[in-house]
Amino acid sequence: MMENMENVYLWIVLSPLAGSIIAGLFGKVIGRRGAHWVAIIGVGISCILSLLAYKYIVFDGGDIYNAAVYTWVVSGNVSFEIGFLIDKLSVTMMAVVSFVSWMIHIYTIGYMHDDPGYQRFFSYISLFTFSMLMLVMSNNFLQLFFGWEAVGLVSYLLIGFWFKRESAIFASLKAFLVNRVGDFGFLLGIAAVLMYFNTLDYATVFSQAPELAGTTITIFEGHAWSLMTVICICLFIGAMGKSAQVPLHVWLPDSMEGPTPISALIHAATMVTAGIFMVARMSPLYEFSETALSFILIIGAVTAFSMGLLGLVQNDIKRVIAYSTLSQLGYMTVALGASAYAAAIFHLVTHAFFKALLFLAAGSVIIVLHHEQDMRKMGGLYKYMPITWLTCLIGSLASIGFPGTSGFFSKDAIIEAVHTSTLPGAEFAYYAVLSCVLITALYSFRLFFLTFHGEERMDKETWQHLHEAPAVVTVPLSVLAIPSLIIGAWLIGPMLFQGYFGDAIYVADKHDVLAEVGQDYHGILGFTAHAFKHPPVYLAFAGVFLAWLFYIRFPQLPGRIANALKPLYQMLVHKYGCDAFNQVVFAGGTRGIGRILWQIGDVRVIDGLIVNGSALTVRWFSGVVRQVQSGYLYHYAFTMIIGLLILLAVFVHKIFQGG
Amino acid sequence: MFTELPLLSLLIWAPVLGGIWVLYAGDRQELTVKYLALGVSMVTFLLSTLTYTRFDASTYDMQFVEFTPWIEAFGINYHLGVDGISVPLIILTTFTTVLVVLAGWESIEKRLSQYMAAFLIMEGLMNGVFAALDAILFYFFWEAMLIPMFLIIGIWGGPRRVYATIKFFLYTFMGSVFMLVAFLYLYSQANSFNILDLHELRIGLTAQKLIFIAFLLAFAVKVPMWPVHTWLPDAHVEAPTGGSVILAAIMLKMGGYGFLRFSLPIVPDASRAFDEFIIALSLIAIVYIGFVALVQQDMKKLIAYSSISHMGFVTLGFFIGFSIYATTGAAGGAVMGLEGGMMQMISHGFISGALFLCVGVMYDRVHSREIKDYGGVVNTMPVFAAFMMLFAMANSGLPGTSGFVGEFLVILSSYQASFWIAFMAATILVLGSAYTLWMYKRVIFGDIANENVAGLQDIDSRETLILALLVIAVLLFGLWPAPLFEIMHPTMENLFEHISQSKVI
Repeated sequence: MMENMENVYLWIVLSPLAGSIIAGLFGKVIGRRGAHWVAIIGVGISCILSLLAYKYIVFDGGDIYNAAVYTWVVSGNVSFEIGFLIDKLSVTMMAVVSFVSWMIHIYTIGYMHDDPGYQRFFSYISLFTFSMLMLVMSNNFLQLFFGWEAVGLVSYLLIGFWFKRESAIFASLKAFLVNRVGDFGFLLGIAAVLMYFNTLDYATVFSQAPELAGTTITIFEGHAWSLMTVICICLFIGAMGKSAQVPLHVWLPDSMEGPTPISALIHAATMVTAGIFMVARMSPLYEFSETALSFILIIGAVTAFSMGLLGLVQNDIKRVIAYSTLSQLGYMTVALGASAYAAAIFHLVTHAFFKALLFLAAGSVIIVLHHEQDMRKMGGLYKYMPITWLTCLIGSLASIGFPGTSGFFSKDAIIEAVHTSTLPGAEFAYYAVLSCVLITALYSFRLFFLTFHGEERMDKETWQHLHEAPAVVTVPLSVLAIPSLIIGAWLIGPMLFQGYFGDAIYVADKHDVLAEVGQDYHGILGFTAHAFKHPPVYLAFAGVFLAWLFYIRFPQLPGRIANALKPLYQMLVHKYGCDAFNQVVFAGGTRGIGRILWQIGDVRVIDGLIVNGSALTVRWFSGVVRQVQSGYLYHYAFTMIIGLLILLAVFVHKIFQGG
Repeated sequence: MFTELPLLSLLIWAPVLGGIWVLYAGDRQELTVKYLALGVSMVTFLLSTLTYTRFDASTYDMQFVEFTPWIEAFGINYHLGVDGISVPLIILTTFTTVLVVLAGWESIEKRLSQYMAAFLIMEGLMNGVFAALDAILFYFFWEAMLIPMFLIIGIWGGPRRVYATIKFFLYTFMGSVFMLVAFLYLYSQANSFNILDLHELRIGLTAQKLIFIAFLLAFAVKVPMWPVHTWLPDAHVEAPTGGSVILAAIMLKMGGYGFLRFSLPIVPDASRAFDEFIIALSLIAIVYIGFVALVQQDMKKLIAYSSISHMGFVTLGFFIGFSIYATTGAAGGAVMGLEGGMMQMISHGFISGALFLCVGVMYDRVHSREIKDYGGVVNTMPVFAAFMMLFAMANSGLPGTSGFVGEFLVILSSYQASFWIAFMAATILVLGSAYTLWMYKRVIFGDIANENVAGLQDIDSRETLILALLVIAVLLFGLWPAPLFEIMHPTMENLFEHISQSKVI
C-alpha cells in the first residue's frame, strides 16, 4: 500500500501544478474554457485523491507516510530533502485545502467570466493550491519554507491581480513585505533548529526535542534564554506574518483589493491559516516553552479583540469579513497558546468553510450589484437573492457560534480550553475572547442586516436589474453551506476528545486542557446543553439583538453613538493608527536611511573624499582623462598591459638575481 | 585521441581566435559576424559542458591538467587545471557569453564586429582566469581581460563612459598591483609560481597578513566589497547591456574566486585573523547597500547596488567558517558556508545577468533607464513582464529559484557562528524584496504611464529565447541544486580541511 500511496501523494501535488502551468503558459492556445477546465480538473483530481487519502489515514487506519521524494541538496554534512509527511494532521489540511480550492475554482467561472485575465487567474489559483499542499504535506522545515514563500508569492500576484489599480498594487507589495518581516523571524528559527538538531527533518527534530529542552543559549550578553523559547518565538513570528497577528496584521485588510474568490480561498480559508497549522505541527517543540505559549496567547487575544472591534466600523462588505477573519485567526492563535492545538485546527477547519462561504456570498452580492462593495448602498436583498441570503445567514450563524452550527462547537471549545488553561496570560486571553463573542455577533449581523434587510439603498439602475447569481455561484455556496452547518457536530467528538490526531500533535500532560474539558464531554447534545450554562451563547444572542436594534429597529442609533464616542470611533476608523505609523516610520524611515547612506556615505565620503578627492588621484586622473579623451583608448589600454608585463619582468629578474 | 583533448586550452584559445576571426570578417558582413560569433560562443559552451560531464566528482584533485614550461628562466609555466570551484564558473562564463552575443544581435549599431570580438576574446581570457594554475599566468589573464571590458564600456557605453572607465580602471589597477607584489614575494619564498605549491608554502604570520591585505585589495575591488564598491554602479550605468551582464555575471565572481584560490588557502592564518573584519564588511554590504538600493532612481544603478548587497553573501559565506569551527569544532557548518557562497556566485550570475538583460530590453525601446519614465509596462509587454517577475522574485530570494539556495545556506551557517550575524544577513529578506519589488511595481504595474510605454512592442522570439534560457537556469538550480554541490563538495571539504590547519612557520 505504501508504494501506491506515494504515487497518490505525488498526484495530489502535481496535478494542480500541471493545471497551473498549462493554463498559464498555453492560456492563449486553449482559450478561456480550456483554461478553466484544465485547472478545475487538476484541482479536482487533487481533491478527490486527498479525500481518498483522508479516508485511508483517518477511517481505515492506514499507515502514516513519511519519506523523502528527492534530495534537494547535500551541503556541509546536512542533507536537505523534499518529502512528505502524511498523518492525520496533514491529511485533514489536504482535504480542507483541496476541497475549498475546488469549490472556488468553480465559483471563479462565474465571478471572473468577463475579466480579461481569466486564464492567468486560473493559473494562479491552481499554483496556489499546489503551494499550499506542498506546505501542509511537508516532512521538513525546508519544504515548509518553500510552501510558505510560494503561497506568499501567489498571494502577492493575486492581490495585485488588477494591476492597473494603484490601490491593488500597493496592497500586494505591502502584503509581501509585511510577510517578509515575519519570514525573517521564521528563517532565523529554522537556522536555530538546524544548528542544534543538525537536521531539518521533522521526525528527527521532534524526537530530539525533549533532550534539548533544557538547553539555554545567549543572544544578549548576560541573558541565558531557553533554546526552545527562542526557536518557538522565531517560528511564531513567521506565523504572525502569514496568519496576520498584531502587529503584522496590517496587510490582510488591504489584501481585499484582490478578486473576491481569492479573498475567500487565500485570505480567509487556507493561506492565512498556514501559521496556525505550522504551530500545531510544531507542537512537540512548543510544548517545551511556556514562555512562547504565553506569548502566543497574548498576541492571539489582542488580535482577536482589537481586530473584532475594527470590524464594527467598516462599511466595505469585504473589509468587515476581513476583520472578522483577523479576529477568528486570533481565536485560533489563542487556542494554540493554551496548548489546545486540536481545537485550533478544529476551528481552522470550520472557519475555512464558513468564512469561504461568507466571502463567496459577499462576492455574489458584489457581482449582482456591479462591483459595489459599500454596504451603505445595499439593503433588502433577501427578496432578490434568496439562496445567497440563506447561505450568508448560515455563514453568519456559524461565525457567531450559534448553537448547533459548526462555529459554535469550535469556538466554544476554544473558550472552554482557555478558561481551563493555567498558563500566564490565559486569564487575560479568556476575557478577551469572551467579550469578542459579543463583538463578533454584532459585526456579523450588522453586515447581514445592512446587506439583506432594511431599506433598499442601491441606485435605481442597479435596483431594476437585481437577480439571484448564476448556478456556478450558488452551487459552491450551497455546497459550502453544508459543512458550515454540520461539520462541527460531526468532528468535535473525535477531533478534540478522542485522540483523532494521534501522534501528529503532542501535548504535555500538564498543559492538556482539552483532556480536562473532555471530562465534561458527553456527546454533542450534552456539549450544547452545557454551553447554555456559560456566558458565550448569551453574549452571541445579545450581539445579534443589538445588531437588530441598531440596524433594523433604530437605524439612526449607530450614528449617534459614533458621535457621542467620537474619540473611540475615530481611533477605530483609523485602525489604531497602525497604517499611518508604518507608512511614516517604516516606509519613510527606510527610504530616509537609504538616501542618507547613499548621498553621504557613497557620494560624498567614498567617492567625494577618497576616490575623486585625494589630490594625487585627481592630478593623475585628469592626465589620464586627457589621454583618453583624445581618442587613445586602445593605445592606453595596451600600454597598460605591456607596461605591467615589463614591470613584472624587471621585478622577477631582480628577485631571480637576488635569490 | 579524444581523451587527450587539451580541453582547457581550447576553452581559452578557441574563443580568442574566434574573436580575431570575427574581427577580420569586418563590419560590412553583418550577418556573417553575428552567426560566426554565435557559432563560436556555442561551440565553446558545448565544449565547456565536457568539463562537467567528464569531471570526476569523487576527488578534489585538479583535472584536465595541462603543463608546458613557458618562461623557464623564471619558473613560469603554462599550467592549467580545474577543480570543483572552477568548473561551475567556466560553464557560467561560456553560457553567459552565448546570451550576450544574442543580446547584442540588434541593439549594437556601430562597430558590430569589434563588439562581438571583444566579448569572445574576453570569454577566453576569463576562462583562463578560472583555469590558470600558475600565478603569473593567472595575473596575465586577470589583467588582460580588463582590456576588452574597458573597450566595451569606453566605445559602446553611455555619455559618462570615460569617467566610468577611468574610475573602474583606477580601482582595479590599484588592487591588482598589490596582488602582483604579493605573487613576487611568494615566488621569492617558494621559488615557484605554481599555485598548488603556494598552497603548501609555510609563511610567518606577519607576512601572511601583509599578503592577505594585498590580495584583499585586489579581490575586494572585484567583488566588490564595501567601501571599494563605488566603481560598480557607474560602470554598470555606462556599460552597454552585454557589458553589464558580463560585469555582473562573471567579473564580480573573479573576486570571490580569488578568495577561494589564493587568500584562503595560501594565507589561512591571516584569513582567520581577519575573518571578523571581512564578515563586518560583508554585513555592511548586505545592510547598508540594501538601503542604498532602495532609493535609486536608475534601474541599472539599483540592480548594481543589489549586486553588491548579494555579493556580500559570498564573502560572508567564505569567511564565516573560522568562527564556526572555533566554537563547534565541526567542519560541516563551515563547508556549508563555503558552498553557500559559491552557489550564491553562480546564482547571482544568472539573476543579475537576467535583470540587466531585462533593463536592456526596455532601454532598447525607450532609451531610458529612469524608473520614472516607465509605469504600466505590463499592459503592453505582458510576456516580458512575466519573465521579469520571475527574475525579480529570484532576486528577492524566493525558494524554488536559485537566488534562495545560496542565501539560505549562508544564513543557516552564519547562525552557527553568531545569532546576530545571521540576523543582519537575514535582513536581505525584507530589504531585497523591498527594493526589487518596489522597482517592479513602479516600472511594470499600474496604468500606462506615457506614450513611450503605450507604444511598446512585447519581446520578440530572440529576446524570449534569451530570457527563457535564464529562466531554465534559475529554476533548475533552485529546484535541484544538488548536481552543482556534488561537483564542488570534495573540493570545498578539502579546502576547509586545508585552511583549518595553521601554516605559520
